[in-house]
Amino acid sequence: MAENLPERQTDIGPPHYVQFLPRVIKENYGQWKYHEELSAGVMVHVSESGAKVWTVRVASPRLLSTDTIKDICDLADKHCDGYLRFTTRHNVEFMVDDESKVQPLLDDLKAGGYMIGGIGDRISNVVHTQGWVHCHSAATDASGLVKAMMDELHEYFTEKELPNKVRLAVACCVNMCGAVHCSDIALVGVHKTLPRIEHDKVKNLCEIPSTVAACPTSAISPDPKQKSVKIKEEKCMYCGNCYSVCPAMPISDPKNDGVAIVVGGKVSNLRSNPTFSKLAVPWLPNNPPRWPEVTDAVKTILNAYIAGAKKHERLGEWIERIGWEKFFSETGLPFTMQHIDDFTFARETWRMAATFKY
Amino acid sequence: MSMKHETPLLDELEKGAFPSFVKEIKRAAEHSEYAQDLLGQLELSYKEKVTHWKHGGIVGVRGYGAGVIGRYSDIPDKFPGVAHFHTVRVNQPSGFFYTTKALREICDIWDKYGSGLTNMHGSTGDIILLGTNTENLEPIFAELSSRGWDLGGSGSAVRTPSCCVGAARCEWANIDTMAITHEITMRFQDELHRPMFPYKFKFKVAGCAVDCIASIARADMSIIGTWKGDIQIDQAEVKNYATNGMDIQAEIIDMCPTGCMSWDGNELKIDNSNCNRCMHCIAKMTKALRPGKEKGATILLGSKAPIVTGALMSWVIVPFMKMEPPYEELFDLVDRIWEFWDEHGKNRERVGELIERLGFPTFLRETGIEPHPAMVKEPRRDPFFFWTEADIEK
Ligand code: HEM
Ligand code: HEM
Ligand code: SF4
Ligand code: SF4
Ligand code: SF4
Ligand code: SF4
Repeated sequence: MAENLPERQTDIGPPHYVQFLPRVIKENYGQWKYHEELSAGVMVHVSESGAKVWTVRVASPRLLSTDTIKDICDLADKHCDGYLRFTTRHNVEFMVDDESKVQPLLDDLKAGGYMIGGIGDRISNVVHTQGWVHCHSAATDASGLVKAMMDELHEYFTEKELPNKVRLAVACCVNMCGAVHCSDIALVGVHKTLPRIEHDKVKNLCEIPSTVAACPTSAISPDPKQKSVKIKEEKCMYCGNCYSVCPAMPISDPKNDGVAIVVGGKVSNLRSNPTFSKLAVPWLPNNPPRWPEVTDAVKTILNAYIAGAKKHERLGEWIERIGWEKFFSETGLPFTMQHIDDFTFARETWRMAATFKY
Repeated sequence: MSMKHETPLLDELEKGAFPSFVKEIKRAAEHSEYAQDLLGQLELSYKEKVTHWKHGGIVGVRGYGAGVIGRYSDIPDKFPGVAHFHTVRVNQPSGFFYTTKALREICDIWDKYGSGLTNMHGSTGDIILLGTNTENLEPIFAELSSRGWDLGGSGSAVRTPSCCVGAARCEWANIDTMAITHEITMRFQDELHRPMFPYKFKFKVAGCAVDCIASIARADMSIIGTWKGDIQIDQAEVKNYATNGMDIQAEIIDMCPTGCMSWDGNELKIDNSNCNRCMHCIAKMTKALRPGKEKGATILLGSKAPIVTGALMSWVIVPFMKMEPPYEELFDLVDRIWEFWDEHGKNRERVGELIERLGFPTFLRETGIEPHPAMVKEPRRDPFFFWTEADIEK
């Protein structure tokens, strides 16, 4: 670009947040007393001073065009004095300081086709990663899985209530960017086959010691004859970590890559401690664009939870109460060899008691 | 602009109730060659069930080693628009609040130099500007930084810190998450922009144990607001909840994990010495119950996703720390932890994994932290413990 550019600055950090706070937020910062959830998409926070802020939440697909961001800005200009915020789960929040401003905002959002909801004991937006849209490591597509799943579950975003919040997440490979490993229901892209070593390329593209060191199960060793590496088949658990370090070890395999489902995790400390998600389904086929096998399994799990959980129980708390053996019988999901842990923390997961249910 | 490629599979995802990412890419494709070819390449991925991105090429802006994720198509001849498709990570303001003016400014820069596609936001917190070529990186950085924006972290560096909305709009915030996050970010600009650690280091700040930012699951250092002292009770409001149909016995008392509450239909009592501050009762009766008055944070360390040796959650390092500016106690702790990590950490070893490898007591000894029962769920089960010289009678 030949044109004159403004002078660059370095290490200035992000702009200070105070300039982005709506007036009612700035004036009542740290003074909030309580809040009420008025509907699936509207809540009101009340300050010690009596001031109130109404928040209207809408879903976004996370992947947003600048055109859509500008549309959202138009709405915020019209209704919210030019302020808005995003949530950690990729929703957009519009805030107004007077009750009379809520309905006109809702009307415009509805007219614009925005999906309003995500507040309360419902499904909020889905934390997810890049997938085939942007990542070399992806075993599946994240945006597509989110869209396919939420098209089926959107009523739980916009209206229907659940025993408690259900947090969904999608990661397109086992690196699990995002808090997938602590979600109520999460989808994870997985491989089932060994990386293919392109011996002629390893020489140029990879550093052998770091490639060997990258393998968590020590499956990789140097192969001096070929100036390359070799993999001990029985040790490899298809994590793709070697490929992240050595581009000459591609692991994608269209026929065998697929989606696993893990369930019962949470990050909040409410009632029970934060918990990792555990394996419910080891593999379902990648079947774009709608992944019907995956969305069916998610609905099966969600419906069993709705039928079985007590009020305020998170999915994992419900499973803890009834027991995992009962989870498999209630959902009808098959229990397989893959469900039994043989990795780092395996022994803690085996049943060291004679008490269990049939 | 008409669409350059046929996309029957992706078109299917324009249908349905939930907002469609395909519509977003098509909107950008009205004026962006990048987005046109992204559609083409993505359609091919949907057809072949395989990614078409290459793991290749370190790119960035002058003087920084972080903030840009290099990305190249593996079939650039077919899709020249995404031959280069690098991501620019822009450090978000604390709490994800914006003015429309600021957002429009970023959009205009991105329309001029990039694909017009974004993620609002990446899972670490950055504004993700998705897709541009190498020549545009310097101009984008000049345009952004001259308007007060900077890049976020990537690689073996401090990653962009992020936080829950906290005191800005949540009555449960025990600490000023947005201020703390801003302070941490400003303090570690060098560590953020110039990777020099064994691996990445993430900070996340939550105002209370509800942990809306998932800090305990995905931050090397999780800072979680908490309190000391008695939960503040407004008995009249408790009665209002009962009158309005809440079954206080079933929904509150019986679900308190420590069994430290009682309710006789008239008065709610809490044995605060047995409360573990899980937040259940407060979250369910927000008008009636409020955290205790002495505020601070629990500092936890070490969470990470399953790669490489299995997932870890952060565990307690400091049970309670006051969190007031200038946060020197916190920064002093961070310095000691990084020194330990710098000295012993192997390449690609997260700090949590390092502590597992060398032992939690070793970590405590070297960083000068006293052991405390809050750090463990239970004491060890085996008799194989170590002593130091100082413990031995000569
Ligand atoms: C040749 C060009 C390469 C490109 C374009 C590239 C690109 C990337 C990208 C985009 C990431 C994600 C970083 C992030 O999440 O911030 C990544 C992660 C990683 N890459 Fe590469 N990579 C390349 C080569 C290599 C090589 C040769 C090695 C090692 C010998 C390597 C080791 C790693 C490691 C260890 C990570 C994980 C880092 C982290 O998550 O912080 N990469 N790479
Ligand atoms: C060792 C484990 C990990 C590796 C090797 C890894 C690698 C990568 C790579 C290669 C990308 C680039 C995707 C692209 O092309 O845009 C990426 C993106 C990203 N990663 Fe990771 N990642 C790891 C774990 C994590 C974790 C645990 C988190 C968050 C807690 C995280 C947060 C992100 C974020 C925010 C992005 C930007 C795009 C997005 O939001 O999806 N990563 N990572
Ligand atoms: S989860 Fe895996 S495939 Fe998805 S963005 Fe992260 S590294 Fe890439
Ligand atoms: S895929 Fe994972 S387990 Fe298999 S060789 Fe590579 S690093 Fe090792
Ligand atoms: S973590 Fe706690 S303080 Fe922060 S937004 Fe969530 S509930 Fe509020
Ligand atoms: S915060 Fe949790 S442990 Fe404490 S009284 Fe309330 S429900 Fe019980």
